[in-house]
Amino acid sequence: MPIQRIKVVSAKCTGCRLCRQICAISHFGDINPQKAALKIEAHFPQPGVYRPRVCTQCGKCREVCPEGAIYRREDGAYIVVAEKCTNCGLCIPACKPGVIFQHSEVPYVIICDNCFKCTELCNTGAITIHTAPVKEGA
Amino acid sequence: MKAERFAGSDGLAGTTLRINLTTGEIKSSPTDTKLMREWYGGRGVVAKILYDEVPRDADPFGPENLFIVSAGVMSGCFIPAGAKVGFGSISPLTNGHGDSNMGGHLGPALKFAGYDLVIMSGIAPKPTYLFIDDDTVELRDAAQYWGMGSLECEPVMKKDLGEDFEIATIGPSGENGIRFSCITHDFGRQAGWTGQGAVMGSKKLKAIAVRGTGSIKVHDLAKLTEHVSAIIKRTKTHPNMDPWQKYGTAFFIEWSNSNAVIPTRNFQTTHFESIDGISGEALVEKCLITHKACFGCWMNCGKYTKAVLPGKETVYLEGPEYETGSLCGSNLGMTDINQVAYLNWLLDNVGMDTMSGGGVIAFGMECFQRGLITTDDLEGHTLNWGSVEDAEHFVDMIVHRRGIGQHFAGGTKRAAEYIGRGSEKFAMQVKGQEMSGYDGRYAPGMMLAYMTCDIGAHHNRAWTITVDMAEGRETIEGRAKVVIYLQHIRPLFDCWCICRLFWGELDIEPEEIVESLNDITGWNITAADAFKTSEKIWNLVRCQYLERNRADGRTFDYPPARAWEDKIPTGPGAGKGLTFEQVEGMLDDYYACRGWDPKGNPSREVLHDLGLDFAADNLEKIGLLGKPLPNGIPAVRGERYKPKAF
Repeated sequence: MPIQRIKVVSAKCTGCRLCRQICAISHFGDINPQKAALKIEAHFPQPGVYRPRVCTQCGKCREVCPEGAIYRREDGAYIVVAEKCTNCGLCIPACKPGVIFQHSEVPYVIICDNCFKCTELCNTGAITIHTAPVKEGA
Repeated sequence: MKAERFAGSDGLAGTTLRINLTTGEIKSSPTDTKLMREWYGGRGVVAKILYDEVPRDADPFGPENLFIVSAGVMSGCFIPAGAKVGFGSISPLTNGHGDSNMGGHLGPALKFAGYDLVIMSGIAPKPTYLFIDDDTVELRDAAQYWGMGSLECEPVMKKDLGEDFEIATIGPSGENGIRFSCITHDFGRQAGWTGQGAVMGSKKLKAIAVRGTGSIKVHDLAKLTEHVSAIIKRTKTHPNMDPWQKYGTAFFIEWSNSNAVIPTRNFQTTHFESIDGISGEALVEKCLITHKACFGCWMNCGKYTKAVLPGKETVYLEGPEYETGSLCGSNLGMTDINQVAYLNWLLDNVGMDTMSGGGVIAFGMECFQRGLITTDDLEGHTLNWGSVEDAEHFVDMIVHRRGIGQHFAGGTKRAAEYIGRGSEKFAMQVKGQEMSGYDGRYAPGMMLAYMTCDIGAHHNRAWTITVDMAEGRETIEGRAKVVIYLQHIRPLFDCWCICRLFWGELDIEPEEIVESLNDITGWNITAADAFKTSEKIWNLVRCQYLERNRADGRTFDYPPARAWEDKIPTGPGAGKGLTFEQVEGMLDDYYACRGWDPKGNPSREVLHDLGLDFAADNLEKIGLLGKPLPNGIPAVRGERYKPKAF
């Protein structure tokens, strides 16, 4: 199957963070954007732009995980096996877009799992679903 | 210090903070769920606390006045536009209940940190800011921030504390006790009405900084998610969504001009000859940097912009939205959107409400036009329509209370009392609060809305122009009932701390919003229940006003005489205007519909019906309880009206 990931157009982001709310609700049953697997950087007062940061599926997290707790699913998403993850946090600095998170109430790292709930609510097209063929060896 | 936090549920974060700024004492307690249920959080709870706790003779700038921050029951709760935070205190502008709210991200952050209410009393011994980082709550020295402009202070504090702190600040205007000062947050969101920034300044409270990482528990998250997701997905294709996202409220600049309601040169006329220069289209074309939304809002009415003017440094701001666009635009004779945007930035940065501020500058300009103030009063400067330089200098005189500036620092009403010589006629305010950006002479319901608004002449509580257009712009018949209906529904959003704009613009019925409220709170109420509670709050605020100002209510409810003495001179409304008899007639109708006596004082019957016997007793003691109504109270106060957005 083709791999999918989130495509970002920063210029369209308005900083509403509906994406972060629905992400945390979907995965943790909690209204708490701090548990979301994407973030919105706000660069104000200048230049005045929001930059959504999302998983680019670069795979660095899987490479550095000492427990083998992260695997790549056939749709391209890197999935954390909660039972294996020790929450050591080594994957966090390895993540270039900075979208792997820890939260005091969650015993494992939070990584985007391609549910795309965020793209469903985004009203400006700042984040959409991007589909591409699977790369060899991915 | 570490504050004890209490578990929250049903939309409440769980904890209330009480802070004595004089002593530095910080106490936390479980949020009073009964109080929140009976007074709907936000504005309602603020009204009840102010009524119960602030002595009637307390100086708004004194230690007995409270400054309350409230995040309501819905803010932060995955509800459309659930972003508001409310501020409340006795208003230094009106000497009555004052409240104001703003969007952005502060309200949700407060809830995520665990707090529903922060109630501050006293006066800090030195410049201070409130620091909240989850369970760490501290009053910290603000010496390094005191004197900074609001827009300058926020990025500095973020750099000092962390980018993920949400910060609200006041500027020099609030620090210096200018009575129409605002609170600024998120690089351009303001709580501007009723001088809440001035109260903060009087308490030496420069800023509030909040970071929260906790969760908000709601009654039924599955249902809430289903309902809210459906609303968002359904309304993406609503015909109003596109212009709203593109222009925000600035869309209405041209609309108001075409429909003879835009205030022009201090409400002298309602048609601006240079409207194209300050329209929503001009804003987007010349100034827009990015669209900007509050927390959880898919309508992104905010327009983040820059103003480029010859000889001035390029400045960055949010706006101008409609109110600033009209009151600092056509109302000051500004012909270029960059001028309006620059003034927007200027007032935001000094911490002066752009609505009242625009009104005060316009009043000064008309006084100058009529020779009531001269260059001798203005340090050699002029104060001409359309001059940014003149306006900027005048603002500087006000903020620093130099010369005649000190008399304008109290707002339009106090300035007119100082200047006299007939200027009261065109001091465009009611109860001391300046008018919003709509002229009511050819929209009688709107005039009545200003006259009877509980915080002074503000459109927030009722906006009737489409009703006036639909039902006849020269008749007053039926307007009172509609104003009352709107005065009941619109403040509910301020109680719940969500934005009301999606209700009017996207045809979302009150029942659907109440359904989401029930998902969050488990209150299981109906829209009719909500309207009645809102009426209770309205009446309590009226009682508070009468108890503090000690005269029959009717005496406070008149607009300035321009409302009936001057017909609109130009534009599509030329020759139109109200008569004094119509003004009186609307008040008669309004009081009768509310169950108040002809003097504008609430009757015991209606107060009893609303569960406000204690307020009736208090009014009776001072001789201001309304006379019994011969035919009893009306069964329905306020007539349901479905707003038409465009």
